[in-house]
Amino acid sequence: MPDHALEFLGISCTFKSKEGAGQGRYTAVADTTLHVGAGEFVSVVGPTGCGKSTLLNIAAGLLAPSGGEIRVFGQPLTGINRRAGYMFQAEALMPWRSALANVMAGLEYRGVPDNQARQQALGWLARVGLEAFAGRYPHELSGGMRKRAALAQVLALDPDIILMDEPFSALDIQTRQLMENELLALWAARKKAVLFITHDLDEAIALSDRVVVLSAGPGTHPIGEFSVDLPRPRDVAEVRAHPRFVALHTQIWAVLRDEVLKGYAQQLQKKVA
Amino acid sequence: MMTGRSLRLWQVGLLLVLLGAWHLASRDQRLAFFLGEPIQVAGRVWSWFMPFGFGASALFPDGLPGRADIYRHLGTTLLETVLAFGIGTGLGLVCGLWLALAPLASLLLDPYIKAANSMPRVILAPIFALWFGLGIWSKVALAVTLVFFVVFFNVYQGVKEVSPVVLANARMLGANRKQLLRTVYLPSATSWVFSSLHTSVGLAFVGAVVGEYLGSARGVGYLILQAEGTFDVNTVFAGIVVLTVFALLLDGAVSQVERRLMKWQPRGGETEKL
Repeated sequence: MPDHALEFLGISCTFKSKEGAGQGRYTAVADTTLHVGAGEFVSVVGPTGCGKSTLLNIAAGLLAPSGGEIRVFGQPLTGINRRAGYMFQAEALMPWRSALANVMAGLEYRGVPDNQARQQALGWLARVGLEAFAGRYPHELSGGMRKRAALAQVLALDPDIILMDEPFSALDIQTRQLMENELLALWAARKKAVLFITHDLDEAIALSDRVVVLSAGPGTHPIGEFSVDLPRPRDVAEVRAHPRFVALHTQIWAVLRDEVLKGYAQQLQKKVA
Repeated sequence: MMTGRSLRLWQVGLLLVLLGAWHLASRDQRLAFFLGEPIQVAGRVWSWFMPFGFGASALFPDGLPGRADIYRHLGTTLLETVLAFGIGTGLGLVCGLWLALAPLASLLLDPYIKAANSMPRVILAPIFALWFGLGIWSKVALAVTLVFFVVFFNVYQGVKEVSPVVLANARMLGANRKQLLRTVYLPSATSWVFSSLHTSVGLAFVGAVVGEYLGSARGVGYLILQAEGTFDVNTVFAGIVVLTVFALLLDGAVSQVERRLMKWQPRGGETEKL
């Protein structure tokens, strides 16, 4: 088995501008090479609007890259990435299905018999602490509970690669830390490859084995990689006080800060134009 | 702030005031020729529905016969309405789903759909009478053309506005095209269909009654047409009252079904249960 679960090889992604009269095209991602080892937790940080989600959509197979190749366990990816689970930033639960039916959806699509799917889904709901809310519809759950249900929905299919797009960015800070700790516990138990997108450097360092810093758009590409050698298991709240955490934060922030400023300046310019 | 019960009292009170004003106005015989008289209208409704009557009285000097003869007409009109409602909704749902998911067909047919929708479709009634005869089917066809477009456009819109994230999520979970249709597009379009069903129940009635009005041998529209021919304005109003009540009943039935099927939707004012 190759040691890379997911490889980006010279990926670039150019969008055609919707207004035909405008500049014509926009290069979101340029010449990005990145890899995620099997069982490795990799975070990608970058300024807002730099094309982090684009990278993830490419890895998921929802978006075809303009150039380069994605390899999944050594195989070139065509179509949807069947070995990956994707946790979206926005609400992705089907509002017309109860929490249980939502978690069952993926199993149902794979043709798992109904009662078997129900048992497995209930098990996953219990693991994310939602067994008492199986019959609730998404609008009857709080934001944190919806994220738990979404996590159970993704994990129920037991994917080898988990793609996460700022999954906790909409949560308040306490709920967020709870969810991060639970994610770490679940990850430690199964050791899946995780590609975690965030704009929060603290979150990235606390969770990951490796942090990749992206440049500001257009033409986003990795500009730095940092190994996080903090001991595990970690508690995301406590680890922030660790001297090594502080040192890493300073080191990465020095790289990231210029990009954030650049990205912000570009946004201001766009607004003026 | 009015509570539910006192609000209901006020609503009934308003109805009584309006009926009273109507009654007073109709004391004038010349006005009554145009406006009808509420008591006579009520008497006509009684005669239509009840199998027994009363002798001459102060209110009804000519007596109040109980003929119970509306059922044949009402049954016809309701049958036409329900058939048109069912067929129109079904066709609208299928065509809406198909066109929304087949971009090429929708591009090709777009101008024709726009034309068909902006055409005043009531003028099709004579053509339908020619094609389907004077029986119920010409009325059903007319009402279907009214119902179809309302449902069709709503389903089309509903499918187009499926949350892209929910869709991408279902695809990542491994749904194929058929599963996407069944578990994402259809439930998402259903909420749009229900919002259109209230409009289309009314339109199904319009189609049925207008069809009868333009040429038929039975139905409430036919009764109204007959009464109009003899300047019997009370019967015309009685027909309107009966149609309104049954349209409200059908609308209520749709609301009931909606409440059962759409329980996943948040209702306004409902607090979030944690």
